[in-house]
Amino acid sequence: MKKRRCKILAVFLSSIIMCSALPAGTAAENETQADVPEVTLRVCNWEEYIDLGDWDEDETIDLESGDIIGVNSMVEDFEEWYYETYGIKVNVEYSTFGTNEDLYNMLTLGDVYDLVCPSEYMIMKLMAQDRLVPLSEAFFDTADENNYYINGVSPYIRSVFEESEIEGEAWAKYAAGYMWGITGIVYNPELVTEEDASSWKILNDPAYYRQITIKDNVRDSYFAAVGALKSDLLTSEEFLQSPDYSKNLEAEMNDTSIETIALVQNYLQDVKKNAYSFETDSGKADMVTGKVAANYQWSGDAVYTMDQADEDDFTLAFAVPQESTNIYFDGWVMLKNGIGGDTAKQHAAEAFINFNSRPDNVIRNMYYIGYTSVISGGEDGRIFEYADWCYGAEEDEEETTDYDIAYFFTEEDCEDYIITAPAEQANRQLSAQYPTREAIARSSIMVYFNDEQNEAINQMWISVRCFNIHDVPVWAWILTACMVVVLAVFMVQNAKRRR
Amino acid sequence: MGKISFSRKSLGIPYALFLVLFVVAPLFVLIYYAFTNGQGQFTLANLTGFFTNPNTLGTLCYSFAVSMTTTAVCLLLAYPTAYILAKSRLKAKSVIVMIFIMPMWINFSLRITALKEILTLIEGNLAYYPFANAVIGMTYDFLPFMILPIYNTIVKLDESLLEAARDLGAGETEAFLKVTLPLSVPGIVSGIAMVFLPAMTNYVVLDMLYNSTYIMGSLIGSYFAAYNWNGGSMIALILLAIICLFTLLTKGAEEEENPRGGALL
Repeated sequence: MKKRRCKILAVFLSSIIMCSALPAGTAAENETQADVPEVTLRVCNWEEYIDLGDWDEDETIDLESGDIIGVNSMVEDFEEWYYETYGIKVNVEYSTFGTNEDLYNMLTLGDVYDLVCPSEYMIMKLMAQDRLVPLSEAFFDTADENNYYINGVSPYIRSVFEESEIEGEAWAKYAAGYMWGITGIVYNPELVTEEDASSWKILNDPAYYRQITIKDNVRDSYFAAVGALKSDLLTSEEFLQSPDYSKNLEAEMNDTSIETIALVQNYLQDVKKNAYSFETDSGKADMVTGKVAANYQWSGDAVYTMDQADEDDFTLAFAVPQESTNIYFDGWVMLKNGIGGDTAKQHAAEAFINFNSRPDNVIRNMYYIGYTSVISGGEDGRIFEYADWCYGAEEDEEETTDYDIAYFFTEEDCEDYIITAPAEQANRQLSAQYPTREAIARSSIMVYFNDEQNEAINQMWISVRCFNIHDVPVWAWILTACMVVVLAVFMVQNAKRRR
Repeated sequence: MGKISFSRKSLGIPYALFLVLFVVAPLFVLIYYAFTNGQGQFTLANLTGFFTNPNTLGTLCYSFAVSMTTTAVCLLLAYPTAYILAKSRLKAKSVIVMIFIMPMWINFSLRITALKEILTLIEGNLAYYPFANAVIGMTYDFLPFMILPIYNTIVKLDESLLEAARDLGAGETEAFLKVTLPLSVPGIVSGIAMVFLPAMTNYVVLDMLYNSTYIMGSLIGSYFAAYNWNGGSMIALILLAIICLFTLLTKGAEEEENPRGGALL
């Protein structure tokens, strides 16, 4: 009897669950059957990597060409804009990821997204695994005025995306850039000289014992270590004057030979003993609160750090190491298993990229997150105006410098893109936001490593971070042995007494 | 229709479901990954790899060192506190106990962030003492878990046992050593179990207090970040085995103590 009641209860409960699920299902069906076509777009982006709106009144960016302010989030604005422009309702399911590796793991575990924004090496990996949908021809149609990306992308970035290839295919076929930057050292000029901060060797400099934080990820650490180890070669006249400089530089910085990996391991083990710590996110705050004197940082976060410090009347600076700097690009790519041949979806995804490339939206995103957009605006002068608004000198500024960023805005030789900035900006926010032509010249992409290289480098990294059993001191072994003996004697005696 | 009565068994169904879905099933997934390679073939390489790699063994040693020190410090701090608390005739006893539990109401990472600032004030540069910081952080985090079980056992001790000891001529110290201490062993054991095991894997404390050396938790994480799910699963499984072994040992100790308590009576 009892058993039967139990069964009845189970059936009853499950039917309740079924019933509650049913109306939800039918409601969803009704909605899609409504007059307005609706598309769902699943976007996955870095955390805090898009304007979420809700700005204060006094944060308005008052450019001469008009005010710009983020009221709603970029995603809401996109949904509205898409409906107004194309008459199609789009519902963006926006989510975030923490690292490229997290994103990759999420995709492998079966999470489905339509549009994601990984860094260049992860894009290369996804391309190599044939998981991406190429951008449509319509996306590259410069005649369509809603194609803000192709009409506004910086010629410099465009050439990088067209010239960089993996397995014979250009990045540009699959990826549209979003933000970009370089790596360098944020430092406190009162404690660190500019010269010291301009070399990767600072990470291992005993003069800064326990005063520098370094990125807690294997790729960034590897790059810095290679730069420091090959410092002499990379800064030699012979190397710099070579006609194949860029190519040689990229080969040297992406050197994953067994010998180099072993050297890097030794080097990073020393860095671990010398640095303040490996950090994932605390570096910015520690820099501002003065816990550390220098911090290995991505340029976007460097801008953010310096801005934060400025608010506290505390001056920080940014240096790009002489050896080489790691240039990185985060870009939008569409995933095969998300889009799955759905043209309406693909259209919405490409429109999302375009909407985020519209100059006023670019400025909102850049202001909100501190990174530099790949968009230079093309005919639209607002992006340069914004840079000038941010960094241009006031009229009463005593020392100024002419900072040329034409390489980013135009292919032509022209002098329209010079910011007259306070002299200090040459090694502060401006130099991180828009690196100089010289810094770009010594920049190197860090390519995607194959499985074998990855395995070797990850093992190297684990060896750096782990405590090696051979390093256990003798006294510790003796102490452990003593404890075991005492414990054993105690237990034996106990047993005897009981008997 | 009779009234609906819940039998004891049916009350257990939700938990059984929970157990199967979130404990047993993941365990099988873990075992599957631990004993296969990237291509899904059976292999013991992950297991032998763990015991032949100086880094993983070193990490095990380091984790042991951190968690043993933490446990020892916790015990040294917690026992006297619990003892004094339990023995005091204060009416406000429950308030004082509350004060010890209160930190647990505040978010853990918030507490460690505060601790970071305090330690920076004291030490100047946190990075000079990574091991000590790890132990301090964990002690701060786990101390209530050591105090409470010890307090509970001492508070429940039969006062007449102590009176008897005194009647039979034992001094305060002797009475403590021969009656109170042995009888509070179950509390100590469960306190140790609650501190020692989490301290082996709680790498967030180390990260936040700038200790760049991996412990077991961070090692597993790094394997997963490097897409090596098989190696990571094996380490997790070995950790699980260590925990099981430890629980069995402490359980043995607890059972041993109980008949002795009975014998005393």
